[in-house]
Amino acid sequence: MKTCLVVDDSPFIRKVARKILEELSFEVSEAGNGQEALDHCVVTMPDAILLDWNMPVVDGPQFLEAVRALEGGTRPKIVFCTTENHPGHIARALIAGADEYIMKPFDREILAYKFQEVGLIDADALADAGKPLA
Amino acid sequence: MIAAGDYEFLQQFLKQRSGLNLSQEKQYLIESRLAPVARKVGLAGVEQLVARLRTAPSGAVADAVVEAMTTNESSFFRDKTPFETFVSFVVPSLIDRRGSRRIRVWCAAASTGQEPYSLAMTLKENAHLLPGVTVEILATDLAGHVLERARAGLYSAFEVQRGLPIQYLLKYFEQKGDQWQIRPEIRAMVQFRQFNLLQSFAGLGTFDIIFCRNVLIYFDIPTKADVLSRMAKVLAPDGYLVLGAAETVMGISDAFRSASGRPGLYVANRLAEATA
Repeated sequence: MKTCLVVDDSPFIRKVARKILEELSFEVSEAGNGQEALDHCVVTMPDAILLDWNMPVVDGPQFLEAVRALEGGTRPKIVFCTTENHPGHIARALIAGADEYIMKPFDREILAYKFQEVGLIDADALADAGKPLA
Repeated sequence: MIAAGDYEFLQQFLKQRSGLNLSQEKQYLIESRLAPVARKVGLAGVEQLVARLRTAPSGAVADAVVEAMTTNESSFFRDKTPFETFVSFVVPSLIDRRGSRRIRVWCAAASTGQEPYSLAMTLKENAHLLPGVTVEILATDLAGHVLERARAGLYSAFEVQRGLPIQYLLKYFEQKGDQWQIRPEIRAMVQFRQFNLLQSFAGLGTFDIIFCRNVLIYFDIPTKADVLSRMAKVLAPDGYLVLGAAETVMGISDAFRSASGRPGLYVANRLAEATA
């Protein structure tokens, strides 16, 4: 089972993301800011990281730079998930080493499309994600 | 619940006007799709709308009914593979065979434009592999309001996050308020035109590649066979037909056969005879 770390200071967003990711068969961990996320990554490097931009203590871009410098830190697929939707922000995130970028608000389908884009899920899982909730 | 006689009338009407094959299980669609049309033209409900169609089976109201009953679901780079095949196999092999560097593409059910624009972006992205190649993309759809959206190239944040890699969003779109607009140089690569697949294809010209994905599924078998055989006539002898991932010509038409090893890709059967 693939692992995903959800990094967001909003418990509500973490809960929504967790539910979607578990339906996509990920084992999910949560962190409330970039420092908590780094602490997690030092112990266990996840396969995927869903990353907010604005957070207290250590924000998304700071975390991204720090995690990429860790041992094994180039391996996880890192997908920003933020209300920042200006092209300048998106470009900055990609240059800093993000693999994909989700503009909030998002839904299950968008998350699945983006995860397929970076090879975290396959086309079948994406097709399933498009189905309406039971 | 719609009266049985009204449903039968709508089935006949839609089949004749757009080829849509509305099965018995699709009754639930009627209220959700046609009640807004009825309101818009100042009628009380679907029952009154059907009564109007019976007396006036053509005109603006009839067009609105046909458009509302057409499914417009689209994402960028839908199913991915057809776009990779297009640029890595289809276009290069056509150019190799011919020496001509002009290619004509028809997107036969373009909906809100994601498919033709995905083709245009694919071509731009791979321009270095196809030097001097000119590709003309004609994109048609039955529904006028849908084509207006396609022409404008304006998409919501939700739409640009369905199938579009983030690098493409940065490269080929401009932010316009809370929407994103595809750049003029990509829009200029696609020509949009309202067109019903039940009409004659005369006047469209000849194509090297026809994309007809996920539209035949709404037609009954004789209509499918008819559309396919007419497409074979406007396709260049060495051209390609691209169908949706879940579609086939097997048992429907012998105008085309599968291009071996390439899912969704078809060639006209007369080419097979000519080269046999």
